[in-house]
Amino acid sequence: MRSSVASFDLRTPHDLPSVLELLAREPGEWRPFAGGTDLMVLLEAGKLAHRRYLNIWNCRELRNISASDSEMKIGALATYTDVKGHAILQREFELLCRAAEETGGIATQNRGTLGGNIANASPAADSPPALLVYDAELELISAGGTRRVLYADFHTGYKKMNLRPDELIARIILPRGRGGWKTYYRKVGTRRAQAISKVCLAAAAKTENGAIADIRIALGSVAPCVMRATKTENSLRGKRLDAAAIDDARATLAAEITPIDDMRSTARYRSRIAQNLLQEFLQSCATT
Amino acid sequence: MPRAKRSMPEKVSVQCRVNGHDATLLDFPMARLLDALREQLSLTGIKEGCGEGECGACSIEMDGRLVNSCLVPVAQAEGATIRTIEGVADGEQLHEVQQAIITHGGAQCGICTPGMILAAVNLLEHNGRPTEAEVRVALAGNLCRCTGYTKIFESVLAAVTVAEARD
Repeated sequence: MRSSVASFDLRTPHDLPSVLELLAREPGEWRPFAGGTDLMVLLEAGKLAHRRYLNIWNCRELRNISASDSEMKIGALATYTDVKGHAILQREFELLCRAAEETGGIATQNRGTLGGNIANASPAADSPPALLVYDAELELISAGGTRRVLYADFHTGYKKMNLRPDELIARIILPRGRGGWKTYYRKVGTRRAQAISKVCLAAAAKTENGAIADIRIALGSVAPCVMRATKTENSLRGKRLDAAAIDDARATLAAEITPIDDMRSTARYRSRIAQNLLQEFLQSCATT
Repeated sequence: MPRAKRSMPEKVSVQCRVNGHDATLLDFPMARLLDALREQLSLTGIKEGCGEGECGACSIEMDGRLVNSCLVPVAQAEGATIRTIEGVADGEQLHEVQQAIITHGGAQCGICTPGMILAAVNLLEHNGRPTEAEVRVALAGNLCRCTGYTKIFESVLAAVTVAEARD
């Protein structure tokens, strides 16, 4: 059942300090509203529980994408269209651009934001696996100042985040300097476009003399949060990628993830596909 | 601690520019732009399909970018320049994409057609010579249950050829 729009408030403070001031004055009373591509769907379904929102879409200072020698800073309000069209991101952070291209259609990419994708905290979100692979950090902002947290520590449980009610995600920070790593991103859904993933795997590896020197593996839709498969990573470091090593990695991954049956897929299918995606990635590393 | 007493939201007046004319929309801030444009400005060429951002039938352009109007709250249209299907033709002169859809049988029931045309027009304004693969990506957010898409893709590519011959 559709919600009555008359019972929802959406205010537009005139700038970012005003937003932060309201969030601080009435903690928990107001929540940020960016591109609306998740919240409006819940509204339409009658499942939007919170009633009062602050429109932050026009806070331009949170939309900029900037580069320094050591890191990229992506404003939380950067849309998928902004991300996938950015020259440095295309060159150095192709997994994130791939994720942006595979999220919804053009209309969704024009409104959906990277910060919103994180704050919506869906375990099936498309960009977080890429952010985990790149060791992303988040800059959180409040009236009291800013703090930086590792993105890997940000999601603490299903739809739970290390984010206070008076804070906004301001920027996503990606360390630069991963040139030469072999990368992989694959989202498996019902349809090539406009699908929510059944399983998504993003990964990157550095190989030296035919062995894995360093590796990152992250997955969506196989646990209560988007996750990094650190046990599988650790089991692969220093290994040569022969058939036995790949079989071992499949088994380690299967034990590490906790997929469920739901409307989109089954635990059994998700586990099998996650292992297959890992194998596809590892085999691509072994052949180069 | 008791919470501060909540005031119920009131309707807000939103100024925007729609199909080349100044317009004022009066609605609750979380009302869907889709409904405000259809009901207050009688722009019923905008269709509601799924109401959840999956089908693209309600596609409009906001500040030159394709959006699903079912997912835009009216408060976010303040100051925006909007184009709907009603603003695509130049008077009686159809856009190449509109004419091609007619010529090549790209429409059947017609519900997806306005959104499909806007998505195609928006693509051609960013990329005047798209490949078929680029057309498919640009229209991936617009679902059609009648045509099987082939005639739609043919129509858009035919419109490109017509536009090139003209320019």
